[in-house]
Amino acid sequence: MPHSTANRADTIHSEAFLASLMRRQLRLSIACAAAFLVALLGLPLANYFAPALMATRIGGFTLTWLILGVLFFPYVWLISGVFIKRSLKLEADEAREVLK
Amino acid sequence: MSTLPLAFLDGVDPWIFALSLLTVGFTIYMGFRSAKTSKTAGDFFVAGRSVSVGWNASAISGEYLSAASFMGIAGMVMAVGYDALWYPVCYACGYLFLLLFIAGPLRRFGAYTIPDFAEGRYDSPVFRKIAVCFVLFIGFFYTMPQMKGAGTTLAYIFPGLPYWVGVAVVGAVITLNVALGGMKGITLVQAMQYWLKLFAITVPVFVLMTVFGSYGSNLGANDGRVFTAAPAITASADATPAVPAPAPEIIRKPLVEKAPADTAWVSPFGPLTTKAAKAAGLTAEQSRPYSLLYTYSLIIALVCGTAGLPHILVRFYTNPDGVAAKRTTMWVMILIGIFYVFPPVLGVIGRNLLPELYAATGAKGTDKVVLELPRILREHYGVWGSILSGVACAGAFAAFMSTFSGLLVSMTGAVAHDVYGRMLRPNSTPEQRMKMFKFAAIGIGGVSVLLGSQVEQLQINFMVGQAFAIAAASYFPLLFMSVWWRGMTMKGAATGMLVGGVAALLCMTVINLNDLKIVDLKAFWAGHPLLRILCEQPAIWSVPLAIGLMIIVSKATSKDIPKDIRMKMLVLHAPEQLGLKNEYIQEHQAGAGH
Repeated sequence: MPHSTANRADTIHSEAFLASLMRRQLRLSIACAAAFLVALLGLPLANYFAPALMATRIGGFTLTWLILGVLFFPYVWLISGVFIKRSLKLEADEAREVLK
Repeated sequence: MSTLPLAFLDGVDPWIFALSLLTVGFTIYMGFRSAKTSKTAGDFFVAGRSVSVGWNASAISGEYLSAASFMGIAGMVMAVGYDALWYPVCYACGYLFLLLFIAGPLRRFGAYTIPDFAEGRYDSPVFRKIAVCFVLFIGFFYTMPQMKGAGTTLAYIFPGLPYWVGVAVVGAVITLNVALGGMKGITLVQAMQYWLKLFAITVPVFVLMTVFGSYGSNLGANDGRVFTAAPAITASADATPAVPAPAPEIIRKPLVEKAPADTAWVSPFGPLTTKAAKAAGLTAEQSRPYSLLYTYSLIIALVCGTAGLPHILVRFYTNPDGVAAKRTTMWVMILIGIFYVFPPVLGVIGRNLLPELYAATGAKGTDKVVLELPRILREHYGVWGSILSGVACAGAFAAFMSTFSGLLVSMTGAVAHDVYGRMLRPNSTPEQRMKMFKFAAIGIGGVSVLLGSQVEQLQINFMVGQAFAIAAASYFPLLFMSVWWRGMTMKGAATGMLVGGVAALLCMTVINLNDLKIVDLKAFWAGHPLLRILCEQPAIWSVPLAIGLMIIVSKATSKDIPKDIRMKMLVLHAPEQLGLKNEYIQEHQAGAGH
């Protein structure tokens, strides 16, 4: 059923629309942030509680050096790639919902 | 008269000199060229908002990879080992934070500068003034390490030149450039400077790895085997014979006395994070909790600080739309991530091959390892070593020149656009504002040079960390809370930002005064290691403090929440296809007319 223009404006300016908009965006952002914070804040804990394990040598690197100095960067790319894809889709959905 | 210029040319390597000069010349040329095309005020402030994703991503990366990234990280990894790796990682992760929580909404809201956002979100001109002050505070703190980079590099190229001359020369060149070209001029220059920097760090790394062994095997040589048996020899005399390397292909020179031992250097919680506890006479086991605290506070400062750096944020406005802003951030992440893998490699190789740098301080210390290391190749490959070192110098020039010009634009923008255009002379014409932009650039450039000439003894990367700590406690809470919590009031935002930011600023000042030996706090710090850590890395308490104050004060003043808050939040969060920004501007202007 097509909305009239006035109707559409009502939808956009409704409290419910804004609340759902912010909630969905925040949920996505927090999920992605959690993924990288676990790694970022977990590594010092691993260093603290399992120093021997983290000092294991792999091709000259210690495990913890390899993670922090090299592997962290691709991980960050992965998270940002996922976030951008999802958030563009989310925006397209939001726009379609009110403009349909 | 003729001997003076020749005197400081003594001992100058012609290749290094030529390649550095080429970089500087190219930067100036681009500045002049774009001066012809930068006509409108929009060109000066946000490059006409029409920069493509590729250019913009390269330019942001070019601006972001400062002297700290190019020289400081390698120097710090060499000086303190593993703990320094948090810097590149958090510089990159901070970008992710920016992308997840701030970049999109800020872009949709649309404003020239962060102070614009602060005023627009809270309808408060007072708040604009507070925000402007922080642009300047953070900016100056961030220019100091760039200036140190400039001084160090010039002192390296011209061995006879005093540190401050380098600072003054580079400061003058950039200031001229910014005054002529504004934002549009530097976008192009910075984009090219990113690629120059990447080239200038990767080529020496690959060549050095081919000659002296890989990243892993150089790191592997630091296993304590070589030096544990002979600490007395390394400490006693300079006549130490070359110690045989553990792995046959890795060359390792003996460490000097000042260098940290292998185990401490290669493991987490090393010299950087244990300094305070060690000065207090605690044992290794006792100091571990302190190190963990230091590490977490450092992480918070760097991650939140990136998300609050004013000169980076302003770049999001140069994208045509929010989708482009997000794509740009993705590319920035990839570009800076690739770059950040390399500087630590130089730090590691530098520890093996140039341990004598540990003994020196100031411009002659580990901060110059990136420049000095390729020169070793001269013994093997003659002139190619010089060329490679020249490439590294060119990269260093690109690094501090691009970051400093970006900072200068954002600080100058704040003064010309906010202080002059909005506060002093609201009715000034665009021509007057552009003229003011040029005057302000010269004034701020001058102050930066003065500040920069005072900090020779401070480590580049450490100073950048300080700028981040201030940004983390002021702008980050402001932006994050303003975007996601509609209950924020101007009073809440201002209180949180001021208290958090000023607290961090005071801590930095105390630490720097002590490090520069103006105030001696050694005895006090020895008795209070915890206080020293919380002062050196304040983010762990200052960020929550700022956010907490924002919430408490906003709740107390909830009647001041802007009346059209729903519309504001809608503009911040609704997809741009809905065209709410124009609607908002029209409504706002109609409202303001009454």
